[in-house]
Amino acid sequence: MLWKISLLIWMAMVIIAVFLLPPPQAQLGDVSRVFFFHVPMAWVAVLAFLLSLIYSLLYLRKKDLDYDAKARTASRLGLLFTILATISGSIFAKTSWGSFWNWDPRETSIFILLLIYGAYFALRSAVEMPDRKASLSAVYAILAFFTVPFLVFVIPRVYQSLHPNDSVINTRLQIQMSSSILIAFLASLVGFTWLFVWIFRLETKINRLLDELEE
Amino acid sequence: MATKSSSWATKASWLLFKDLKSEFRTRYALNAIFMFGLTTLTVVSFSVGGISSNTHITSSLFWLVIFFSSMSGLAQVFVKEEESRTVNVLKLSASPGTVLAGKLLFNLVLLLILEVVIVPLFIIWMNLSILNIWLFLSVLLLGSLGMACATTITAAIISKSHVKGALFAVLSFPILLPLLIVGIDGTRKSLEGQDFSAGFADLRLLISYVVVMLVASILLFDFVWNE
Repeated sequence: MLWKISLLIWMAMVIIAVFLLPPPQAQLGDVSRVFFFHVPMAWVAVLAFLLSLIYSLLYLRKKDLDYDAKARTASRLGLLFTILATISGSIFAKTSWGSFWNWDPRETSIFILLLIYGAYFALRSAVEMPDRKASLSAVYAILAFFTVPFLVFVIPRVYQSLHPNDSVINTRLQIQMSSSILIAFLASLVGFTWLFVWIFRLETKINRLLDELEE
Repeated sequence: MATKSSSWATKASWLLFKDLKSEFRTRYALNAIFMFGLTTLTVVSFSVGGISSNTHITSSLFWLVIFFSSMSGLAQVFVKEEESRTVNVLKLSASPGTVLAGKLLFNLVLLLILEVVIVPLFIIWMNLSILNIWLFLSVLLLGSLGMACATTITAAIISKSHVKGALFAVLSFPILLPLLIVGIDGTRKSLEGQDFSAGFADLRLLISYVVVMLVASILLFDFVWNE
């Protein structure tokens, strides 16, 4: 209960702080504040992916279906945050670069993350036996993770010459990341991670109760 | 004849020959892959063939044709085993590593047979002038190897599921995307006639993709096979 209330207060403060604390960015004005939401959401999406990888590995090692449930929960939340990150990023792109989608390196990576999650759930729904479902989706999660370094290093290498990169804006904000911006950003990061952990723990509890009910 | 004491390489090659023989008997995968490749190539050539001077577009279309043809045929390697119920016999007669090696080689051979037919047709119908033929061939070869590696493990995964066909493309696409991006870029460079050294970055990436996918398949195949 305390956890939930303090999370609520923290997120409320973060939202207020994002709008009041840092000054509006030079060229884009107030619209740039979406950065404080977009980046933490993308960060949580990747964190969720990492978590589902870890739980998949643990499942393959120990064959405990509890790990599979956790991997699934992490992937579900990851999908949610990826969708949110994509939408907020698209809005940001429209206002700062003029078009909703550019196949910029970061945009491509987040889109592929979306595809990987989608494929993960498509696979899960296509298999019925629980332990087979768990093994196959665990293998796929690990396999998909192997391709992520390629996307992080490949795409910037190939497309750098063609598209404007996120890092231009990032480095500008980074260099300018005065204390007010830094505070708001870190607070937002902590808030979103906390949100993710809270929902994750809640879902895990629910899954455990559902399993006990079935027994 | 493969005996108990045969090395894994011998067993894998016997598996390859057995698959090739049964494939040539029924030609399911070959037909699927050829007809799809031909159809896609026809559509592409019809629509864009005349204005094919843009190397960006032609290299993308090239890999599109190869990708979708392989999606229609490369899953057969494991699905056929499941459907004819020979999976258990295969499990008894060879270790997982051997099975993976044999099936991977089969997929590679299938892909190469497809390319031997499709690539000349593509060049003719799209009026391509490949200015750096060695780069083109190396990108194609490494790309096919990478595709075979990635699709074999994915085929093993979906052969155990219900939906099979559609699921194969859905699962393969995110995994093959880095390969496609690099392959398209490398092919474009070869069409434009850039030096071999300019294509080194792409070739290095392709080689590393092949290595990573191979290692991942070897490590993960056991879990899929012994389901």
